[in-house]
Amino acid sequence: MAFTLLFPDFDILRDPNRCIKCRVCERQCANEVHQYDEEHDIMLADENKCVDCQRCVTLCPTKALRICENEQVFRKNANWRAQTIKEIYRQAESGGVLLSSMGNPEPFPVYWDKTLINASQVTNPSIDPLREPMETKVFLGKKPEMIERSADGTLKTELTPQLELKVPLMFSAMSFGSISYNAHKSLAMAATELGICYNTGEGGLHEDFYQYGKNTIVQVASGRFGVHKGYLEAGAAIEIKMGQGAKPGIGGHLPGTKIVGEVSRTRMIPEGSDAISPAPHHDIYSIEDLRQLVYSLKEATRYAKPIIVKVAAVHNIAAIASGIARSGADIIAIDGFRGGTGAAPTRIRDNVGIPIELALASVDARLREEGIRNSVSLVVGGSIRSSADVVKAIALGADACYIATAALLAMGCHLCRSCQAGKCNWGIATQQPDLVKRVNPDIAAPRLVNLITAWGHEIKELLGGMGINSIEALRGNRLMLRGIGLNEKELSILGIAHAGE
Amino acid sequence: MKRVYVNEEWCLGCRLCEYHCAFANSGKTHMASALMNVKIRPNIRVEDDGKVCYAVSCRHCEEPLCVTSCITGALTRENGVITIDGARCVGCFTCVLSCPYGCVRPTGQGAMQKCELCLTNGGVPRCVIGCPNNAIVFEER
Repeated sequence: MAFTLLFPDFDILRDPNRCIKCRVCERQCANEVHQYDEEHDIMLADENKCVDCQRCVTLCPTKALRICENEQVFRKNANWRAQTIKEIYRQAESGGVLLSSMGNPEPFPVYWDKTLINASQVTNPSIDPLREPMETKVFLGKKPEMIERSADGTLKTELTPQLELKVPLMFSAMSFGSISYNAHKSLAMAATELGICYNTGEGGLHEDFYQYGKNTIVQVASGRFGVHKGYLEAGAAIEIKMGQGAKPGIGGHLPGTKIVGEVSRTRMIPEGSDAISPAPHHDIYSIEDLRQLVYSLKEATRYAKPIIVKVAAVHNIAAIASGIARSGADIIAIDGFRGGTGAAPTRIRDNVGIPIELALASVDARLREEGIRNSVSLVVGGSIRSSADVVKAIALGADACYIATAALLAMGCHLCRSCQAGKCNWGIATQQPDLVKRVNPDIAAPRLVNLITAWGHEIKELLGGMGINSIEALRGNRLMLRGIGLNEKELSILGIAHAGE
Repeated sequence: MKRVYVNEEWCLGCRLCEYHCAFANSGKTHMASALMNVKIRPNIRVEDDGKVCYAVSCRHCEEPLCVTSCITGALTRENGVITIDGARCVGCFTCVLSCPYGCVRPTGQGAMQKCELCLTNGGVPRCVIGCPNNAIVFEER
């Protein structure tokens, strides 16, 4: 088709009283939106290419640029929204599956925002974390049913391996390939300084990052990319990825254009070949099969590391988690439907899976009912946006939270949701060398450390307000939560009372 | 002695340093008013061949050829910083020819100009403050 029915999503407004034609915008835009017209001595812009990543806006030294929503409208229609019409135009042009990145942006309910946290007044004193000790350290892994000691007081019970975190947070899986070397390095450096963990994702571990092993979770997913004995032994824990919140039920596909140089070496696949992770693990079709892989990995690492099984939050999540808890896994990670991705079919990202809040509440309740809650730790992710979300998740029963989108934001991501294009202007979701260098780990790692440190302070404040001085004492303490604007069914699934009750 | 150093690994070739330098030495308070429709003459310049890029500014050499070659004594090195006295410069261009880094340049109004580490602009070089990626640093080495 010679012409397109699509009109640009954004308008680029350039203030002529501020623009000094320094052309920084032009040099910084990998999408080639900005262009200097020498003949007329003016800056031009092609809005069609703009993804609203705001790299130009941020770097413009005179703040002459603004990216606004294009005011061009379709005739108002509550059923056929502009987005829907544009998607149909796009598919009519391409014939392809629509691709999207990052988490589900649709206006589904966010239960974190419909939940309120308690505080102490009069009868039970609150605690000032600046004056009194406050424990945010957590241990993830199977906990013993009982502790036995010999006559001299030494521990007789054999303890299972635990993952120790200074705050109940980890950076969730983002593979080297989906994100850049520098972004990966920043996460590794920050996790090490913070005493938490980051996760390799399914892309193997670059040899430069083995030094961060104590703070690394190595992932084994359906494509088994970059998995070998040294890799398994390098990490503090091993994660079997069964599913991802952004795209439950489907695999992954890192295009050959991103399988270059180090990515290809680390993944142990030829340059330029597509890295296709199958939808299922082809050796796992039952809980018994999962158990075999869990124990294969335990054998391979001499039972020294906890095994995490990560699944997407789907309708039957409570039963699935119960099965995983019985498979020998030490930690269950559940990824909600708002979790991010480097690329997923839009229809799947926006329509498959369930909110993490509901999944967490039902899994925790189910494991308690079955008396197996202590045999696994629960880690939840899929849009944990603030320390308040963390506290609410822990009160609902989580042992720790996974964050990734928040970490990317700290590194400069502006959530333009164009990762699939591989031209990330912030140097995060790209393998283009000139873009990759835009993430300087000496800048990005301290920003990540700042974010988690700030959340740590806020978690202590919120705990102190409730009169609680440790994460352990908040875990599963649903009395500390109240729902607001929720119906009876939602409250019963979340296991909380309504505000005012 | 603190100097301006450039880490080529992190230089993005955005040329913000050039504009911050030109603005800092313009004597104006707003960048748009200082640089609107102006052909800038920065003391730091980005070399870019499309593959490698890095900014170059005065090294403040210990044995500076520009100072040695200056016929009027306009260029002097004091406390490790090489400065130029515009009033004494006669515009003979000898310093421009002798600097191996190309870091002494004409102002376009007779005298020459060069990086003076923003000594009169607050003390921290503005190219360093304006660099978005820590590619230009001001430190002891």
